[in-house]
Amino acid sequence: MKILVPVKRVLDYNVKPRVKSDGTGVDLANVKMSMNPFDEIGVEEAIRLKEKGVATEIVAVSVGPAKAQETLRTALAMGADRAILVQTDDEVEPLALAKIFKAIADAEGPGLVILGKQAIDGDNNQTGQMLAALTGWAQGTFASAVDVEGDHVSVTREVDGGLETVKLKLPAIVTTDLRLNEPRYASLPNIMKAKSKPLDTKSPADYGVDTAPRVKTVKVSEPPVRSAGVKVADVDELVAKLKAMGVHS
Amino acid sequence: MKTLVWVEHDGSAVKDATLAAVTAASKLGEVHLLVAGSGVDGVAKAAAGIAGVGKVHVADNAAFGHNLPENIAPLVADLMGSHDAFVAPATTTGKNIAPRVAALLDVMQISEILSVEGPKTFTRPIYAGNAIATVESSDAKLVLTVRGTAFEKAASTGGSGAVEAVSAGGDTGISSFVGAEIAKQDRPELTSAKIIVSGGRALGSSEKYQEVIVPLADKLGAALGASRAAVDAGYVPNDYQVGQTGKIVAPEVYFAIGISGAIQHLAGMKDSKTIVAINKDEDAPIFQVADFGLVDDLFSAVPELTAKI
Repeated sequence: MKILVPVKRVLDYNVKPRVKSDGTGVDLANVKMSMNPFDEIGVEEAIRLKEKGVATEIVAVSVGPAKAQETLRTALAMGADRAILVQTDDEVEPLALAKIFKAIADAEGPGLVILGKQAIDGDNNQTGQMLAALTGWAQGTFASAVDVEGDHVSVTREVDGGLETVKLKLPAIVTTDLRLNEPRYASLPNIMKAKSKPLDTKSPADYGVDTAPRVKTVKVSEPPVRSAGVKVADVDELVAKLKAMGVHS
Repeated sequence: MKTLVWVEHDGSAVKDATLAAVTAASKLGEVHLLVAGSGVDGVAKAAAGIAGVGKVHVADNAAFGHNLPENIAPLVADLMGSHDAFVAPATTTGKNIAPRVAALLDVMQISEILSVEGPKTFTRPIYAGNAIATVESSDAKLVLTVRGTAFEKAASTGGSGAVEAVSAGGDTGISSFVGAEIAKQDRPELTSAKIIVSGGRALGSSEKYQEVIVPLADKLGAALGASRAAVDAGYVPNDYQVGQTGKIVAPEVYFAIGISGAIQHLAGMKDSKTIVAINKDEDAPIFQVADFGLVDDLFSAVPELTAKI
């Protein structure tokens, strides 16, 4: 079984985003960029399925600028077999991304597509579900466990009240949640080896997908700032403050 | 504009997140509801009583019993033939279903709206709430998810919606529900609690969480929460997690105990009315957002607080 793993290049998890003063977006100039953490979990899960003998080939895909190659090389260094860069400098919305991934899925015929549940820049949480709709496949979103059993996959999902398990017919779409696994670091030899793994470059037009945005960003602003209150000296003062607000047992 | 609001329910009662979605939808136009499930007469009746509601579409079918998006999305897409906007609460159920509906309609969804600025203009958080985007849709129809803490809850009584059965849809046969482990808690739900007591990594263990955090929550009738660090360390299950990757909460009072205040945690609780922080480290970022900060050892301060409150 082949597994398709979409990965996105985003502002690094540890960098505090700064809103540009002209209100057009978040400043991405000269800041560290990395693979979306949820996508990293997706790559790791695919590798574990390959190590278990369930998967035979892992294809990493990224839609983004030329520099997204670095993100794909990271996926290859972790253990993906080959990569496809769908190169564009435009910001591509989840719906158009899903259309591109659908076209790639049609061409590659994967048994599973494993995506991050959301990218930590746009926080949309849509692409996997949209891809499932377009392919007509079942979806196991916010996964914390994935078990392939014959022609089905059983997915344990993180839902508001706890956990839920669904059984999906393959091929299927899985989106990852935090507790699915802990992604490995690529070793130096593997980073070297990744440089010679195949990486194809395509364009959205190659897949017949129009990436013109449907949603216009009017402006991006700083969130309202919450100001610090007071420090209380001890528990007694805190109890008094709380009681004054009507908070007591 | 005619809106169709997804009613989130547990089989017998309408969940609170629905009421915030109704408020958001009412800013766009007429509010119709969709109750889907198996044996949902009671829910439909309750939903019809929500203030300001017009029609209540009821799809009662075993195939809709476990909110499987493969079965529900085509049903919603079908009903969207006569509606202009699909509005779902941004719960794990809403987030699972809405984008599947949007793609079937060839619409770009707008996720987790915080406000309605115009007929097609909304604000929403990006970068874990570190920036707020104002966005405008150019699609013919809208698909929205609504952040529950950003809108007042519509009154759950006083309405007189007309209940109408929907016969469309069925089982697509590509997915099935196996089971659920839903934590049974004898306390309020995190997302609707008036008071939340959350513990962080400084607790050091699951035992200490039980020993220090739980008694205070018990005494105040509060919900239990935790930081991602505490969840990652295995002190509590993941459904306790407050933060950008967990639950977004906005209670009257939020106790952050032994929580340093990472950006991702703040994103999940900074809309709380009053924030109380207890932490040994006076430089912890949590104090920058706390209304009342106590710099003290939580292992002595919290039991004392529990005893005195």
